[in-house]
Amino acid sequence: MSAGLTFTYGVVRILNLAHGNLYALGAYMGAWLVLGWGSSAWPALSYLLLLLAAVFIGVTAGPVIERLFLRRVYGKEEEIQILLTFSILLILEDVIKLAWGVSPLFADKPYTYMGVVRLGGVDYAGYPFLLTGIATVTGLLLWLVVTRTRFGKVLISVITDREVSSALGVNVPRIYTLAFTLGAVLAALGGAFTAPMFSLVPGIGAEVIVVSFAVVAIGGLGSIGGAALGALLVGLARATAVHLFPELDLFAIYLIMALVLLFRPQGLFGQVEARRI
Amino acid sequence: MRAVLETIGLTKFFGMVRAAEDLSLSFQEGELVGIVGPNGSGKTTLLNVITGYVKPDRGRIRYQGKDITGLSPRAVADLGIARSFQMPQLYLSLTVLENLVLALAIRAGRAREFWAPLVRADRLDEARRVLEQFDLEEHATHEAGQLPEGARKLLDVALSFARRPRILLMDEPTSGVSARDKSKVMDTLVPVLKGTGVTTIFVEHDMEVVQRYAERVLAFDEGKVVAAGSPDAVLADPAVRRALLGQP
Amino acid sequence: MALVLALAGLAVFLVVPPFLPEWITFLLTLAWAKALAVLGIVLLLRGGLLTFGHALYYAVGAYTAGFAVKFLGVHDGLVVLVLAVVTGAGASALLGLLLARYRGVHFGLLNLAFSMVLYAILLKFYEITGGTDGMRLPTPLLAGVKPDAQHLRLTIYYVTVVLAALLLYVAYRFTTSPLGYTLRAVRDNEVRVEYMGASVSQAIYCSYIVAGVMASVGGVLAGFSVGHIVPEVSFWTQSGEFVFVALLGGTGSVLAPVAGSIVFEFVRNYAFKYSPYTWQMTLGIVLLIIIFFLPGGLWSLTGIARRWGFATRRWSR
Repeated sequence: MSAGLTFTYGVVRILNLAHGNLYALGAYMGAWLVLGWGSSAWPALSYLLLLLAAVFIGVTAGPVIERLFLRRVYGKEEEIQILLTFSILLILEDVIKLAWGVSPLFADKPYTYMGVVRLGGVDYAGYPFLLTGIATVTGLLLWLVVTRTRFGKVLISVITDREVSSALGVNVPRIYTLAFTLGAVLAALGGAFTAPMFSLVPGIGAEVIVVSFAVVAIGGLGSIGGAALGALLVGLARATAVHLFPELDLFAIYLIMALVLLFRPQGLFGQVEARRI
Repeated sequence: MRAVLETIGLTKFFGMVRAAEDLSLSFQEGELVGIVGPNGSGKTTLLNVITGYVKPDRGRIRYQGKDITGLSPRAVADLGIARSFQMPQLYLSLTVLENLVLALAIRAGRAREFWAPLVRADRLDEARRVLEQFDLEEHATHEAGQLPEGARKLLDVALSFARRPRILLMDEPTSGVSARDKSKVMDTLVPVLKGTGVTTIFVEHDMEVVQRYAERVLAFDEGKVVAAGSPDAVLADPAVRRALLGQP
Repeated sequence: MALVLALAGLAVFLVVPPFLPEWITFLLTLAWAKALAVLGIVLLLRGGLLTFGHALYYAVGAYTAGFAVKFLGVHDGLVVLVLAVVTGAGASALLGLLLARYRGVHFGLLNLAFSMVLYAILLKFYEITGGTDGMRLPTPLLAGVKPDAQHLRLTIYYVTVVLAALLLYVAYRFTTSPLGYTLRAVRDNEVRVEYMGASVSQAIYCSYIVAGVMASVGGVLAGFSVGHIVPEVSFWTQSGEFVFVALLGGTGSVLAPVAGSIVFEFVRNYAFKYSPYTWQMTLGIVLLIIIFFLPGGLWSLTGIARRWGFATRRWSR
């Protein structure tokens, strides 16, 4: 999910505050599909449903948001861009409420199905392993796409210099839309596959973006590897905090972020943009 | 006579690009020096290094005998070296007068006052006088962002000039200005600068401008000075012609 | 011209309320108090900085009042206010050291992050803060005098308006001062500011502290008005609300936040009653409308806007 956020920022140069809501949409959609159509007879179907939900959300919401809204503020000041994504965040928050109501949604079958894994004498829930696997695979795929495929190369050229790419015949607006959609799919993916782990309520979108931003800030805006590392650090910090000082789990995350940014304001892998005169 | 500004063995590489290589220059008080050279020869880098925007790899810069290498642009400005830019750096949302009055207030060290008003009669008077000198009075209450190109350039220089610097570095004062306005800009600038005795070093691409206005010329190529002397002499120098005009 | 309008407006706010029903006075009090936090945001916007966590200082003010009453036994409202100024300044001076280094997105979200940290702290340390139940703020004494119970609402209203108006004036002096202009210059061209011999980080830092203190005082006033404070005052939705009002009112004048805040409080009062599930969406849509069609906010409609806001600026990067 953070990879999606940093990826979107890297290409489109807008930090999408509504990214968390895409996550939430993915989660809700996924949970809803599973609750509606998942069956114990064919457990694998529910995972497929989650995937479907994610892709659906990403592919519909992504282009809509990008073309209808983002496109209009590309050249403008950063404040306006952020405000735009903020207003989308507000709208989506209520869209979720209207579509799925306020009472919690809990689709735990995919989670419980993974059962328990025994490692080194300790029982662990199986689902998180699946999640980690999916996250790693997705991250690698993304990295491969960006560095090895033709699409990836075109993407990089657009990031480096939009005008030149356009002059060379690259359909920049379409690339932007594609990139944003990809980011949206990633967010929804994160949401859909985390959904089985807890009860869904309105507001998770906002909670998640705050943590996601911490991850991305630590890793450096625009760096996918950084996002991965950041996520790892944040996850570890949170787990440690929960274990040792339960009240301070959020605090721990922000502490790490503050420390990292204090010494390296652009994040661990971020790039400093020098101003040319 | 002691030089007001000198660089000693200044060297700056950007990766493989030699922006400055062992540059040892010296400038006398009050002179008007032009610097020419092809793109990438290090002209702007020289200005950036002197004003502290970029740190040199090696070498030192001395201003009135004092070592100023490595100081920040703010410190360098405080000492009396001002600079104008290739692309005018203005406060686009403020009016021309506000731009200047702010420059004056900052010069007086009042940047952190938060109760007294910025716009005061004495500051306005001085600002108006500067506008007069730079022939910008008609634009006094216009937003800087709405000025025509030539006026923007002039304002950019005026802002630096308002600091009453000892040395003024100008980066391509006539670039981007239409041919007709070029002489207008320089005809306005040069008398003011000579009149106040400011040591002026300006980087220029336009040979005619340099020939007409500079007292002394330095020709750069790949971070080194390939010729120095009077404008006519330098521009006739074969090495210079080769580098700048591609002529054998 | 603007001065005449301001004084006339103030007169209206001072003279009319005794004739209005109490609930209106209450909303007005809240609007004025919150306008101070919004003012802080507007001030920072002039420097090109948009903070999504200004509720942090609002909460600092509110909880300073709470702690002062509960643990320090302070009952005098004016003393509490002074304390809030101190804590607000202290907090913003501390965090400003880190935050003044950032711009754009980073600035906005780092502020958000810290405000959420405060929220978490307020929530979890419930022995001290009362957690989700919050803390009660009984009516304070004013300079040793206990307000007349019958005219309580009105008294709190007047104190709020007078204090807020004073702070508005301070903000006005700020905006016309060298520091205020340097801040605007920072937004336009940081490089030029440094080359002129002024310090960008100092300008931002000082402005940040001013903004923090404004919000802190707003927090106290709002707290006393409601009589109760909860951790949600530091939640991101509160910051978002302040940002929204800042844009609704516009950045063209120090009076704009008050206008925006009043409109907001009243509209919210009605909207919430009729359709609670679409409130945020409505906000989002209105925000979109403002961004695209009325960048200067409501204040630009008065035509008195002085070239400060987004709208009137030609930006050529």
